Amino acid sequence: MSTTLTAPRHTRALPSTRVRARRRRILSWIATHALAVAVAVMFLGPLVLVALTALMSDEQALTNNLWPESWQWSNFADVFARSHLLGWTLNTLMYAGLGTLFMLVSSVPVAYALARLRFRGRRLAFLLVVTTMMLPPQVVAVPVYLIWARAGLTDTLWPLILPMLLGDAFSIFLLRQFLITIPREYTDAARVDGCTDFRTLVRVIIPMARPAIAAVALFQFFYCWNDYYGPLLYTGINQDNWTLSLGLATFKAFHSVQWNLTMAATLLVTAPVLIVFFFAQKVFIEGVTLTGVKG
Amino acid sequence: MSVRPKRREGLRALLWLSPWIAGFSIFFVYPLLSTVYFSFTRYDLFTLEFVGLDNWRYLLQDERVWISAGNTLWLVVFMVPAQVIFSLGVAQLLTKVKAGAGFFRTVFYLPTLVPMVAGTVAFVFLLNPVGPVNQLLSWAGIAGPDWFGDAAWSKPSLTTLALWGCGNTMVIFLAALLDVPKHLYEAAAIDGAGAWRQFRSVTLPTISPVLMFSAVTGVIYALQYFTQAMIASRVASGATDSAGSVFTPGYPDQSLLTLPQWLFHVGFRDFSMGYACVLALLLFGTSMIFTLILLRQFRKGEEVLS
Repeated sequence: MSTTLTAPRHTRALPSTRVRARRRRILSWIATHALAVAVAVMFLGPLVLVALTALMSDEQALTNNLWPESWQWSNFADVFARSHLLGWTLNTLMYAGLGTLFMLVSSVPVAYALARLRFRGRRLAFLLVVTTMMLPPQVVAVPVYLIWARAGLTDTLWPLILPMLLGDAFSIFLLRQFLITIPREYTDAARVDGCTDFRTLVRVIIPMARPAIAAVALFQFFYCWNDYYGPLLYTGINQDNWTLSLGLATFKAFHSVQWNLTMAATLLVTAPVLIVFFFAQKVFIEGVTLTGVKG
Repeated sequence: MSVRPKRREGLRALLWLSPWIAGFSIFFVYPLLSTVYFSFTRYDLFTLEFVGLDNWRYLLQDERVWISAGNTLWLVVFMVPAQVIFSLGVAQLLTKVKAGAGFFRTVFYLPTLVPMVAGTVAFVFLLNPVGPVNQLLSWAGIAGPDWFGDAAWSKPSLTTLALWGCGNTMVIFLAALLDVPKHLYEAAAIDGAGAWRQFRSVTLPTISPVLMFSAVTGVIYALQYFTQAMIASRVASGATDSAGSVFTPGYPDQSLLTLPQWLFHVGFRDFSMGYACVLALLLFGTSMIFTLILLRQFRKGEEVLS
């Protein structure tokens, strides 16, 4: 008696909960994706507004319009004509290129020693690397500036490039974190085969650590490309020595009523970074994850 | 037998570490000691005079140190938590998004790549009194403020800039969220836990080391906060700040004056190197405290790893 009563009720109830669950799943799918689209608009909005302003006429950029009346592509050429943008780009490329190269030459061996060699004080050395990485560069700014002033190298980019030959704490840290994950068997096998440290590094470690080295190189390149504090301190008042970030920071002051040109310059400084990112996206994201998840 | 190879390895390590040891001595140990020495002197690059504790006494009556300390405190109390919470929210959203996941991940990360100076200049324009943001607000019937020109709004404006560029933190959180074991959620769901309850009882405890790491690095970066504040001040006030030009740092009303910025101004615009070194030591002490906290966190992580 009871079974005949409950059975139909149960079969009737089952599809309705299933339908309800499905409806809820569809609704939450829509809500999630709508929210994602809204957040995407928030993240992209500033870039779009900057791009639109970069294409406006001088007068229009000063009024509160969002859409260009006439599309002035010549603004980009104007930026080159009215500033040292080309020279700043070359300076920035030199700083970032040489800085990255020097950093790799010095930091990869140091990271190798910290990760692979067993010696007394290894832990202390690593702690010191992390400490220098965390301390603000401003703390030692005055004496370091005096070193370069005495060497007669202020008003150039060399005070920023040359120290890279002596290792970069952040890169050493990141590389070391990656190198300790390589199983010891690989280097032990090389040792048994009679490899020197140098051969082990070049033949075994570097090929295996290629993703980490690529990530560190990219980080270093972009750090130099974006650096403002270093060039501000060392390159002085001669615009010929400036980098892109220094030039862009001062651009508005020299073209005070021309937001359109300032925005065009902003885009020109940003575009190369975005282009490189699209080609090296994986390297970037993996590198970032490597930095943080160790916490 | 076991001692000899170890000792040789120690010598080899010394050789391999030598570039870094040189760098550490020349650009860290020596400057740090000099900073301590200079802090007892009056030094303008030409004449050096030993003045004892004068610089340290001046510190107490330099009201701009307290203003900049207050500004930094604001950043630590409001900007750092805002960035952690916002990044976590966006990362959580990304774990739920199924269609176009790669697209959204790229778009949310993109602003992080925009050079700091470019991003700041762009935000000063977007938030200028007659700029696009206030235009959009006026359509909603809201009269927007003079963001970067108003001391009450300048730090919140910089916070929006920080949120816009939260990509790195977001990626780290996303990786941590995806690492939370699925069976924990299943077990919680069987126990009848809803979405919020699962987030509070499963997600947060599991990812708390990563949260802590981000919070402490966030504080360390807040202590170093320089570029964005400096650029925002300069572009909004229209000053050039080439050496020798008249420029009041921290425009508007010193609301964006941070300690590193004040140090830069004292040392490299006023050439009071001795007093700048006092400020540097102040910064050093504060950063050291937070670095030690971070290192403790970090060591915990190391133990978990090995």
